[in-house]
Amino acid sequence: MSNVQTVVEMRGITKRFPGIIANDNINLKVKKGEIHALLGENGAGKSTLMNVLFGLYQPEEGEILINESPVKITSPNIANEMGIGMVHQHFMLVDPFTVTENIILGKEPKAGLKIDIASAAKKVQELSEQYGLKVDPYAKIADISVGMQQRVEILKTLYRGADILIFDEPTAVLTPQEILELIDIMHNLVKEGKTIILITHKLKEIMAVCDSVTIIRRGKTIDTLTVKETNINELASKMVGREVTFTVDKTEASPKQTILSVNNVTAMGNRGVNALNGISFEVKAGEILGIAGVDGNGQSELIEVLTGLQKAQSGSVTINGKEIMNKTPRYISEEGLANIPEDRHKRGLVLDFSVAENLVLKSYYMDEYNKKGFLDYDKINVHATKLIEEFDVRTPSIHTLARALSGGNQQKGIIAREVDGDPDLLIAAQPTRGLDVGAIEFIHKRLIEQRDKGKAVLLISFELDEIRNVSDRIAVIYEGQIVGVVDPKTTNEEELGLMMSGGKRMQGGTQGE
Amino acid sequence: MNKKILSVISVATLSLSLALTGCGQKPAEPSGSESGAPAAEQKSDKKIGMVTDVGGVNDNSFNQSAWEGLQKLQSETGINVQYAQSTGDAEYVPNLNTFVKDKWDLTWGIGFLLADPIKQVAEQNPDAKLAIVDGEVAAPNVTSVMFKEQEGSFLVGVVAAEMSKSNKIGFVGGIKIPVIERFEAGFKAGVKAANPNAEVVSIYTGAFDKPDLGKSTASSMYSQGVDIIFHASGGTGDGVFNEATARKKNGADVWVIGVDKDQSINFGEDVTLTSMVKKVDEAVIQVSKDMAEGKFEGGKTINLGLKDNAVGLSESSLKTLPAEVLKKVDEFKAKIISGEITVPEKP
Amino acid sequence: MNKFVQVFTKDSFLVPVVAIIFGLIVGAFAMLAGGFNPIEAYVALFDKVFGDMYNFGETIRQITPLIFSGLAVAFAFRTGMFNIGVEGQFLMGMVTAVYLGVKLDLPFFLHAPITIVGSMLAGGLWAAFAGWLKAVRGVHEVITTIMLNWTALYLVNFILTTTLVPEGQQRSETIKESAMINIGWLSEMFDSARLHWGTLIALGAAFIFYIVLWKTRTGFELRATGVNPHAAEYAGMNVNKNVVKAMFISGALAGIGGACEILGVFHYQAISAALPGYGFDGIAVALIGGNTPIGVIFGAILFGILTFGAGGMKLGAGVPVELIRVVIASVIFFVAAHGIVRYFLKPILAKKKDKEVL
Repeated sequence: MSNVQTVVEMRGITKRFPGIIANDNINLKVKKGEIHALLGENGAGKSTLMNVLFGLYQPEEGEILINESPVKITSPNIANEMGIGMVHQHFMLVDPFTVTENIILGKEPKAGLKIDIASAAKKVQELSEQYGLKVDPYAKIADISVGMQQRVEILKTLYRGADILIFDEPTAVLTPQEILELIDIMHNLVKEGKTIILITHKLKEIMAVCDSVTIIRRGKTIDTLTVKETNINELASKMVGREVTFTVDKTEASPKQTILSVNNVTAMGNRGVNALNGISFEVKAGEILGIAGVDGNGQSELIEVLTGLQKAQSGSVTINGKEIMNKTPRYISEEGLANIPEDRHKRGLVLDFSVAENLVLKSYYMDEYNKKGFLDYDKINVHATKLIEEFDVRTPSIHTLARALSGGNQQKGIIAREVDGDPDLLIAAQPTRGLDVGAIEFIHKRLIEQRDKGKAVLLISFELDEIRNVSDRIAVIYEGQIVGVVDPKTTNEEELGLMMSGGKRMQGGTQGE
Repeated sequence: MNKKILSVISVATLSLSLALTGCGQKPAEPSGSESGAPAAEQKSDKKIGMVTDVGGVNDNSFNQSAWEGLQKLQSETGINVQYAQSTGDAEYVPNLNTFVKDKWDLTWGIGFLLADPIKQVAEQNPDAKLAIVDGEVAAPNVTSVMFKEQEGSFLVGVVAAEMSKSNKIGFVGGIKIPVIERFEAGFKAGVKAANPNAEVVSIYTGAFDKPDLGKSTASSMYSQGVDIIFHASGGTGDGVFNEATARKKNGADVWVIGVDKDQSINFGEDVTLTSMVKKVDEAVIQVSKDMAEGKFEGGKTINLGLKDNAVGLSESSLKTLPAEVLKKVDEFKAKIISGEITVPEKP
Repeated sequence: MNKFVQVFTKDSFLVPVVAIIFGLIVGAFAMLAGGFNPIEAYVALFDKVFGDMYNFGETIRQITPLIFSGLAVAFAFRTGMFNIGVEGQFLMGMVTAVYLGVKLDLPFFLHAPITIVGSMLAGGLWAAFAGWLKAVRGVHEVITTIMLNWTALYLVNFILTTTLVPEGQQRSETIKESAMINIGWLSEMFDSARLHWGTLIALGAAFIFYIVLWKTRTGFELRATGVNPHAAEYAGMNVNKNVVKAMFISGALAGIGGACEILGVFHYQAISAALPGYGFDGIAVALIGGNTPIGVIFGAILFGILTFGAGGMKLGAGVPVELIRVVIASVIFFVAAHGIVRYFLKPILAKKKDKEVL
């Protein structure tokens, strides 16, 4: 038993859902003590495969071997017993409970009839020290950061005695610093003899931490590679199925008149303290201004104030010289502001509406689609057909519900709608979050196209690479203020990182350039 | 596409028709044998139906009493009886029609709520015979049975006046409607007649189905020094009993006077002073028997009072109340029957 | 038209039918356990409903208010709200109809329509008040509508006793003949069952429900607000205004229903100590019907047949009323919990799909 080489082996796994084959004869072999990446685009079948391993789905065909003996995993409990733990992308934590309470939930140590919190907390403390996972066992989940919550999820699996940890897109919710910390944690876990399966579509992460990688495309295994012997371009082309370029082609910007001007705006955050502390900047026609910053420094409030969803306390916001602060969303959008919202499921789409209806979500009331209060569905459909063609939205039909589309196609739909009105200013908030390489490429191209048409673009993103590749100027936001504006060609990651953490302030940085 | 529709529809109709024909053959037999069973003892081809109001046959009140009467009639005479329960106001008419259109010999409607439906059905079916309890319907084929609640209430008023130590007596009514007002009027008159110094507090709760309201009303009355409460409020009165039972346990000397049936059966003789019993069952039996013997009198209102022994004190209380109180009650009873005292109908 | 056909071919049709059968089977077991013959009982049920013209007509009468209250609940559902107050809005419609029916003196072609419009406004405003409280004060509509049910009940009793009920009576005067909406010749055809124009109005209301929600600008906004208020707000819609508007329309449907019960069935209103139950049945009907207008009509038919036929089960098979309620409840349970039915149907539906692929 001591010389076990392969801890997880999945052979010929096939899982069908109505209408699609999510896993088609997939093979996966994970060796003990390695970090094994499962790479694939959204919808390639990675999560399905891991849910099979974790006992949430039963495959129609194929077998699973744990430590080289065949097993049947019919529920997550059985998976837990076999030492498999899953760190979900969406944390399954109870907010008002403490860290310890969440970790022991469902497996509480008893002292008589009472739960023995003290000894549980001690064990949590020991585990966290052993693996370098810093947490306060008595802190409430609601009060700790996202990165910390993820550590609680990891501890939960360790507490249950997991030897094989599955991480489902763990970096999607983390800041750059937290990502670095997570990478350390993963190395520590492996050092202590654990095995990690990492589900991801981020190539850089694989290159940074993984030992080997299995690539899945459209439900099929494409290849298994050793990370040392491959490179980003090979991985990308195997994942997408064609050559992919990473550098964004663009010409020099030629900024013209000011479109958006934000002056000394203050606004409250939802915790009752100021989230925007007199923020000022401007965006000119024909340029892309990128706003870099760590999540929670006022980005969300800034977008809400600009789009009219939240009231600001003071300051002024103008588009083409016209005051728009504290006006209604419709007024602002008629003044020429379009917005790719941060959360496309919450704000961007009505998921239970058809694609065609979503494409007129902002223009349905205009005379074009309206006859005395009745909607002209013929025109709406013509409009939709035109847009999905133009923006390559892959959907079975314009009557399909938006819910049924993949994330990338949903986002393409939103961009189609927002760009369609020919807005003077386009705000793109986290426009590529959760999307795969192909979709990201498309969206970046569209943003630059918009700029080249002489429009203003405001890009807000937590992905530094994206900001640096796409923007013509970078403004760094920290605690509700712009702490500096830099040129992407001359700056570097270190400088940006310092500014983002409040360590450096540029002279005159609060006033744009 | 069309084929698919066809197949779905044909499957649906097929299964439905299968279900229908499959069961269509059987039922004739069992239903015949079932209705034959009771008839074996005593034969009668008469059929009497009864429609309850929304209270249903287990209402501890006039619906139940009427149904008990009909069941007694069935066991005595072999007449077929059946009831239909109404779950909403709109069902009164079709429920009545269930019996009327099926040519039943007599159809009862129980409660004043059925007055309008009975009138309508009676006019549409002049050949049918109908009867109503607690309501008056002017139609040539309807017999109306009314009770002189005020007379019975007068007597329990006398009991209350005699038994009260605080000389403060309560009346809890349901909704303020004429029937309940007759209770209140008779009761007040009875109290005053027996003891002019006694005071009667009366409160209408506005509901017949709110025991919580009955309890809180009783609580405030008892707290004001009332020691006997007469309720005419259906299910609301259950709350009055509960409050009295609770206080009794704490040593308070409080009583309740029940209504319609002998409520000491449900709530015990230690809190139930007496009950103002309405003999709905006997009235139903009497009218039904008359019909069976061919003596149905349509268009007539029967007013049943003390003289007919249709209202009065409950049997059980005749044993528990002191003899001198009962003597007083009997004196007043004689005076009412003789016409010396006329009990008011309005308070 | 094409959509109409689709309704019958999709599993959205097959599933409820199977659900009803499941419910009847479970109900049958309940009756067997109680010592009654279920086959006899179901025959009696169908015999009661379809056995003669009179009862068939009365079943239609029973179904009509269910369509209104079902539509009212469904409309609110569609716009993201749970209107438990259909009960109270229905009552407000009833009392308005009685008031206008008794007090107004108009020719028949004006009297009934004006009365119905009045009831519609009364029901609508009663519901809009709850919507307004939600929009402005953020009070959840479930709480306000429940409270407004009781407020309506006592307000109605107050209006009746102070203005409409003659001395010594428990019910209002009868409305003027000019306000009645009965269809005399049809009633005669149905052996004097109480048939009225309200049934037609109900079907019309279902059609308008469809048009408003799926064809108009207002409907677009209401539906968007209903399924995703955040996106609606982001897209520039006035969410608060839509909440009030949606509640008004929902209540208006209930109000018309109340008017039709008065003008077509009762012709008077009695003082009542309890809520009549139309609104609560409406919740069940909307649930059965999946909140679509066609579904609500079918749901009302099902519910109406079961409740009206229940009387037949009592008389024909001696099944006590309590047990009949168990049967009705199990049918509703299976229709509402269609997930269970889908689970059982999975192999059949899968086979169907496979065939389509071939």
